[in-house]
Amino acid sequence: MPDPLVVAGRAFDSRLLVGTGKFASTALMRAAIEASGAQIVTVALRRVDLANPADDMIGAIDRAKLLLLPNTSGARDAEEAVRLARLARGAGLEPWIKLEVTPDPRTLLPDAVETLRAAEILIADGFTVLPYMPADPILARRLEDAGAATLMPLGSLIGSGLGIRTRDAIEIIIDQARVPVVVDAGLGLPSHAAEAMEMGADAVLVNTALAIADDPVAMARAFKLAVEAGRLARLAGPGGQSREARASSPLTGFLR
Amino acid sequence: MTDALLGNLDPEPVRAAMKARRKGPRELALLLSPGADPVLEELAREAHAATLRHFGRTVQMYAPLYVSNRCAGRCPYCGFRGDQRIGRVSLTLAEAVEEGRAISRLGLRHVLLVSGDAPNDVDPAYLAAAARALKNAGFDSVSVEVAPLDEAGYRALAEDGAVDGVTLYQETYDLARYAALHDAGPKADYGFRLGALDRAGAAGIRALTVGAVWGLSPWREEAFALGLHAQSLQRRWWRSRVQLGIPRLKNVPPGFEIPHPVGDRTLAHVVMALRLFVEEVGIVLSTREPPQLREALLPLGITQMSAGSRTRPGAYTIGDAGGEQFQVVDDRRPEEVAGSLRARGYDPVWKDWDRGFTDL
Repeated sequence: MPDPLVVAGRAFDSRLLVGTGKFASTALMRAAIEASGAQIVTVALRRVDLANPADDMIGAIDRAKLLLLPNTSGARDAEEAVRLARLARGAGLEPWIKLEVTPDPRTLLPDAVETLRAAEILIADGFTVLPYMPADPILARRLEDAGAATLMPLGSLIGSGLGIRTRDAIEIIIDQARVPVVVDAGLGLPSHAAEAMEMGADAVLVNTALAIADDPVAMARAFKLAVEAGRLARLAGPGGQSREARASSPLTGFLR
Repeated sequence: MTDALLGNLDPEPVRAAMKARRKGPRELALLLSPGADPVLEELAREAHAATLRHFGRTVQMYAPLYVSNRCAGRCPYCGFRGDQRIGRVSLTLAEAVEEGRAISRLGLRHVLLVSGDAPNDVDPAYLAAAARALKNAGFDSVSVEVAPLDEAGYRALAEDGAVDGVTLYQETYDLARYAALHDAGPKADYGFRLGALDRAGAAGIRALTVGAVWGLSPWREEAFALGLHAQSLQRRWWRSRVQLGIPRLKNVPPGFEIPHPVGDRTLAHVVMALRLFVEEVGIVLSTREPPQLREALLPLGITQMSAGSRTRPGAYTIGDAGGEQFQVVDDRRPEEVAGSLRARGYDPVWKDWDRGFTDL
């Protein structure tokens, strides 16, 4: 049964998004993307040369099959993010942008205020905006009201591999969202990705976990399977957890 | 307390310091202590893992562009010192851009403008104009390594994002040693130098690169002070990226003897300890060091490397126009360095910034 991820009216078969940073080579990056089955691939605008058609990173992404989603990584405020997004569109990329406003290079945490401001400007300007955001349910509502195409709350710090440390907030975001929720940042293991999908996330994004694995291609495949498994489990309707044994007879049996 | 910890001989507290999630002065001192010697391989594993998490398998490439070797300084350990009989030259803006074009033909996109202490030739207006011209000529990032400026000077550099980074080494954090080495001229003011990166941070400069020159003072105390300086910059100027440089004295002018020579093992120890203390901080390694050592230090924490460097003004285009600041030991062409990095499983990154961030 087809179960596409639909973002801004566009359907994708894969619920795994991948990033392109930190890989040992472009060839390895390309092989990992292939193995991941991802159809949305994000690229830092600061890393690529939009004016150069021979840029190795852009050239490594088959844009006939994949959506190249530029991101504004490195932007300190809304103005910088908006400027980068417009440059990307001006250079012929589709007007889709993964919005990242991370003023603190130490934690790379997203700035809620500037992210919302940039989202409003870019959406008014016709962009499809996928914002990387703190796991804050009210900010999620504000971004959704502003017209964000997805919500991308962080599981934990970028690159930390610590998994979902913002579980309670992400559950609320998922519960109330009207657009897809993509858990982004901090997923270090396939089990973290499966956990996000079991919680009801619509998709996950990983980068570091693939790039720094001993075998990025095998790890990409492991994440692909984990995302599929987590999604299937979610759709199957998990029976919940209990620390005690549960009798298979209904608890109301004694009434008979 | 610090002295006692820096002198610790027991590896166990060093192991605990390695694993501590929040590292403070105590952990830094222990990581630098002789107690680390028996567990240096464990330290290396931790440092490698931290480097991978934050930077992956990438190295950012840059080259220095020397704009002047005129210098009011008399630092006895430096090839530029004012009383050395070398050909002195300051590049005009047009010459600096020509040098830039020669550097960009080598494939480089990030450049570091370097000068001696020559305030008449190389002032903030010159540097800002050179940075703008170089960005118009295709560079994505321009940083400067010049004598300390006042805050207005740094503001002039930061305006419109012309200059992205400031590199300033304290030389030595040991006040008495510093005073003995720099007894005259503007450089005699230790405090003005120490506060320079704070002024640059206040002015909005995005990358602040701090360092000490290894060989001038005992290395443990120096590394301890450097780590704390980097951390204090991170805390105060949280929107700026703090980085470390680790220049080591090698060939010094005649008549100067390196007071506290630092060996390869020590340099590696410093890299590892600082990597674990400030995990997310980039560490820069220049062509002063030989290829094998540069590549061996890479997994332990190095994140940026120069390549193809010429340390004389005009040397990329004109040739031997003036004296060198230091002897380039790794004289491979950037493409050779890149090939060697790729063979070691690292992706050389030429462009990691974009003029599009700012108005330029």
